[in-house]
Amino acid sequence: MVPEATDAAAVHPPASPPVTAITGDEVIRCIGLTKQFPGRGGAPSVMAVDHLDLAVRRGEIFGLLGPNGAGKTTTVGMLTTRVIPTSGQALVGDIDVVAEPALAKQLIGVVPQVNTLDRSLTVFENLYFHGRYFGMGAKASRAAANELLERFKLADRAKADTLTLSGGMAQRVMVARAILHRPAILFLDEPTAGLDPQSRIALWEVVQDLHAQGQTILLTTHYMEEADQLCDRVAIMDHGKILALDTAEGLKASIGADTEIGLQADGDLDALARVLESGDTVTRTQVTGDVLRAYLRGSARGALPRLIARADDAGYSITDVSVTEPTLETVFISLTGKELRE
Amino acid sequence: MTTAAITTDLATTTQPAASVQWSAFGSLLLRDALVVWKTKWAFLLRTIMQPLLFVFVFGYVFPKIGQGIGGRAGAAQFSTLLGPGLIAVAIIFQGIQSVALPMVQEFGYTREIEDRVMAPVPVWAVGAEKIVSGALQSVFAALVVLPFVYLVPSTPVHFSFNWPVIVTLVPLSCLLAGALGLTVGTRVEPRQVPLIFSVLVLPMTMLGAAYYPWTKLGAIPWLKWAVLVNPLVYMCEGMRMGMTNIPHMNGFAIYGAIIGFTLALTWIGIDGFRKRVLT
Ligand SMILES: Nc1ncnc2c1ncn2[C@@H]1O[C@H](COP(=O)(O)OP(=O)(O)OP(=O)(O)O)[C@@H](O)[C@H]1O
Ligand SMILES: [Mg+2]
Repeated sequence: MVPEATDAAAVHPPASPPVTAITGDEVIRCIGLTKQFPGRGGAPSVMAVDHLDLAVRRGEIFGLLGPNGAGKTTTVGMLTTRVIPTSGQALVGDIDVVAEPALAKQLIGVVPQVNTLDRSLTVFENLYFHGRYFGMGAKASRAAANELLERFKLADRAKADTLTLSGGMAQRVMVARAILHRPAILFLDEPTAGLDPQSRIALWEVVQDLHAQGQTILLTTHYMEEADQLCDRVAIMDHGKILALDTAEGLKASIGADTEIGLQADGDLDALARVLESGDTVTRTQVTGDVLRAYLRGSARGALPRLIARADDAGYSITDVSVTEPTLETVFISLTGKELRE
Repeated sequence: MTTAAITTDLATTTQPAASVQWSAFGSLLLRDALVVWKTKWAFLLRTIMQPLLFVFVFGYVFPKIGQGIGGRAGAAQFSTLLGPGLIAVAIIFQGIQSVALPMVQEFGYTREIEDRVMAPVPVWAVGAEKIVSGALQSVFAALVVLPFVYLVPSTPVHFSFNWPVIVTLVPLSCLLAGALGLTVGTRVEPRQVPLIFSVLVLPMTMLGAAYYPWTKLGAIPWLKWAVLVNPLVYMCEGMRMGMTNIPHMNGFAIYGAIIGFTLALTWIGIDGFRKRVLT
């Protein structure tokens, strides 16, 4: 990227093989990683991350998908030296982040969940000083900062006060800052939370671009679309535990259904679920709140009228119907019995 | 594309070289220097205002209107003893202003120190940098205040500089101020900021032997001993030892206490910083 200087020759690691042909080298490993926060003021202690085992491979975008409080930020915090594990081990490369935090920090770039841009500095200075903190020379750091501002379409904001940036721009500056020192691993904690759809797509493009250059990325999200579209593999997380881990396709396939029919009806939905399952069309059902989800093999065509007729016969009047393909949300619901966003 | 980057080749990663760590430390200082430069007028204003008003009222107005402190001779001596006191106050004040207040903000809600904490140096080094940065700003504050305390009083000011004392005690006092700033900054919540002034800064300065020599407190023995918990007492007495011929506290006591307070506050401050940064 940066044409001159020796460290510029590094660019990013060469594009890694596609995910299906895994080389087996794992750049992040969590082994029984646990964080228990002591309860304050008589409150019970919180098991934020509970004996987590995880391996992220070189060059992949790995997604941690989970609802609020699942332990995503705590997991990232431990991997990035900021949260001290209660037990277990976290390794980036071969480095134990607890034993050698300074060394680990050299390998990682972090975009935290909240805006942490230095408000006393301009956009350019934020990037420039970041490079200097990582031991880059003045010239190399300036060149890298300018190059990234250009690439992230922020060049016209170089001299801007960071407080004047929109949410999407601030997020892009934070990503630019995090990759400026060419980290082996990039952590993105809810990179698109709170962004409008346009900014979100712009940020996805940035992330995909980095991925294409071989950047290993661990991102957390509670948007299933984000995990689905962006990540090579997704770990579904809740209550500090990983409930399932696979490619998005694999996770959706695990549902064993091609179609999800969401029904709303008056009356006892659990009883209706038993009624529907007794037929041969529905492979499984799930009730969350006032929605009954019925999963089928094949398409809804033909099956839907039969389902509605069956419900009708049992004395239910259906008030709302939706037909979708299974999503990661479906997977989450089938694993936890609750919705991702509540 | 062929050369493996130091940062991306995980297999061969080694401890960040000492030179990289020092360079990171230097860059953290450079960042603070730039921020001071950007806010230089505010820096000067907040540094000059308090000592200028003090030296103006007590060193210029009082003698002029005959509201002397200890008669004519006393007034002249007062201006001389006030100077070192005000410089010491400026030093300690700067530690609070330049380290504690921004840090309370950063930990309270802006969280902007995060990126510096992620620099490839131990967390304690990021805290230590704040102490050094605060100390450097305190040195500047002392230099800025010096001409005012010399020139403003309407009665003669007799400074006689003892350079070996100055070049050792000023940096030590400034480090003490930076360490105090870090200690306060890591233990105070944003809503408690007004309390810093009423509960800490004001009592420290009023009872810090800044406006009277500690040796004279013999008249109020309990106070003479009680104020010894206040590090500013030693700084003021030390400045008096370095700048004037006014009788002062024993030099060993001054050095011992300042070094002791600096070490203790550095330890407490860095410990507080680690606790705020790591969970
Ligand atoms: N410093 C802390 N002290 C006490 N409890 C904490 C602390 N940080 C997090 N927790 C608790 O740990 C659990 C996991 O929090 P965490 O922030 O890791 O979740 P998350 O998945 O990142 O959620 P979100 O989507 O809201 O960001 C929560 O129950 C939270 O309240
Ligand atoms: Mg979070």
